[in-house]
Amino acid sequence: MNDALDVALRLLIVFVVFLTFPLIIGQTEHKVMAHMQGRLGPMYAGGFHGWAQLVADGVKFAQKEDIVPAGADRRIFQLAPAVALLPYLLVLLAIPIGPGEGAVGEVVDAGVFFVLAVMGVGVLGSLMAGWASANKFSLLGGLRTAAQLLAYELPMLLTAASVAMAAGTVSIPGILDAFEWWWLPWQIVGAIVFFVAGLAELQRPPFDMPVADSEIIFGAYTEYTGLRFALFLLAEYAGIVVLCGLTTVLFLGGWHGPWGADGLGWVWTLLKAAILAFLVIWLRVTYPRLREDQLQKLSWTLLVPLSLAQIALTGIVKVVIQ
Amino acid sequence: MTLAATAAHLAPDTTAAAGSHGLLVTTAAESHGFLSPTGVEIAFLLVGLVTFGAAIVTVTTKQLVHAALWLVVTLGGLAVEYLLLTAEFIAWVQVLIYVGSVVVLLLFGLMLTKAPIGRSPDADSGNRWAALTVAVAAAGALVWVVVDAFRTTWIDLDGPAAGSTEATGASLFQNWVLPFEALSVLLLAALVGAIVLSRKTKAETSSPHVNSRAATGGSPSVPDSRNHPIGRNEPTEGTASAEGTASVQGTASAEGTTSAEQEGAR
Repeated sequence: MNDALDVALRLLIVFVVFLTFPLIIGQTEHKVMAHMQGRLGPMYAGGFHGWAQLVADGVKFAQKEDIVPAGADRRIFQLAPAVALLPYLLVLLAIPIGPGEGAVGEVVDAGVFFVLAVMGVGVLGSLMAGWASANKFSLLGGLRTAAQLLAYELPMLLTAASVAMAAGTVSIPGILDAFEWWWLPWQIVGAIVFFVAGLAELQRPPFDMPVADSEIIFGAYTEYTGLRFALFLLAEYAGIVVLCGLTTVLFLGGWHGPWGADGLGWVWTLLKAAILAFLVIWLRVTYPRLREDQLQKLSWTLLVPLSLAQIALTGIVKVVIQ
Repeated sequence: MTLAATAAHLAPDTTAAAGSHGLLVTTAAESHGFLSPTGVEIAFLLVGLVTFGAAIVTVTTKQLVHAALWLVVTLGGLAVEYLLLTAEFIAWVQVLIYVGSVVVLLLFGLMLTKAPIGRSPDADSGNRWAALTVAVAAAGALVWVVVDAFRTTWIDLDGPAAGSTEATGASLFQNWVLPFEALSVLLLAALVGAIVLSRKTKAETSSPHVNSRAATGGSPSVPDSRNHPIGRNEPTEGTASAEGTASVQGTASAEGTTSAEQEGAR
């Protein structure tokens, strides 16, 4: 009885996090972007500094008619948003927020593999959307999505493998238990590569070729309206939560901090993830979009060699300190 | 598939050395029976049926992209089967490699070459009976070998996980190191072969405009890039993508997307 209640409670908490954190990041993005551009951003919805803007957006999306184009492959078109969104919910389950077994949705033995595998599945949603829309621009968006995933999945995996090597385990709580502060300079290259590759996998600027609005309208999501479109947007922001959380727990030590690790570990995790999320928004405001060939070049000629070098460095240090 | 094969080999090997590995594979048929299945066994059978059904739809559906998506269901079902057998690591690798990469590559290839919405009757092969014969023969041989090898072997699902990452790693790098290394050489050969293939066709086809575009980044004004990407049917992508190795995928995709990008920027 207690076990069932415990599991239900954890699932509920993860679900609530899954529904609220992306909205918080979305609202932060509105505000941060606005202030960086010398504007105020949303100010009216909800009263205080427009805090309810995204709730209002959600209501608007829910009211819109749900249109499926006549030439589209109906069932796949409708299924695609769920395929894009659900993997991120599953990944959130495996990210520990504090020390001990109580602070993670579900302890997964091969956690690093689990999160990377399930995150890769989310891209299938974009591919399905791009193909099933029966629209040239959508198809181009889908193609670009696939090309981007294939290029950036490898450096992500390699750098995650580097951390797993350093910790001697592929379980995420295990990696956090083994973490020492000097891992930060040791794995810094891997951390940057992981974060950049993750951004590319989420198709966030400057890696938003697949949805480049000035070229191919909105890529794979061109034909979507209403709630299904909102689900794709939610998937993007849930992806930011997941990426920042993963970078935090794999490379930045998660709940480790200079002080207060006993009771306040979760504050450290949230703080680090929030700083990374701010960085994601900052990058969007700062950098122009990469061209497709620049994008491929960045991955294959820079990120992959860097991650291989990081693995070599990890191996050497690991052997030396043993 | 290599890890899957290793997993299949893991059980009989550990029967011999069960003590040293800490794996509990009992050979006692008296405590188990086919007539009183446990919940996990029933779930295993049901998931197996779903996987089997999805596999049949994969090869019989007339819609190309649907076949690729049913393949996702099939491979995902296999991953669930691995999970039910406590082989967690292998299950996630299955999802990572097959669902996350191979199927994405497959869809990419389909979209680049030919992916109409609706039925494509010309996709039917005339060799279907020969293919069916080979498939049935291969399935029969595999089932016979597996049944013969594992007849009285039971995995103790309540004990320590027999397929945990640690157990799999130890088995892979202690007992099966030689096949593992041989397979990596095989992959290397496939990689080199794919590079050779793509190089050759690059010289034959009219690809200089793709290269100059990638190098200079000037505005694309190439008239022969005006055909729709669906109509594009180069043999390069198909051959390279069939190899299924990570870095080859990149080479092929880098080529493909440069030309696709011309379409978009137009």
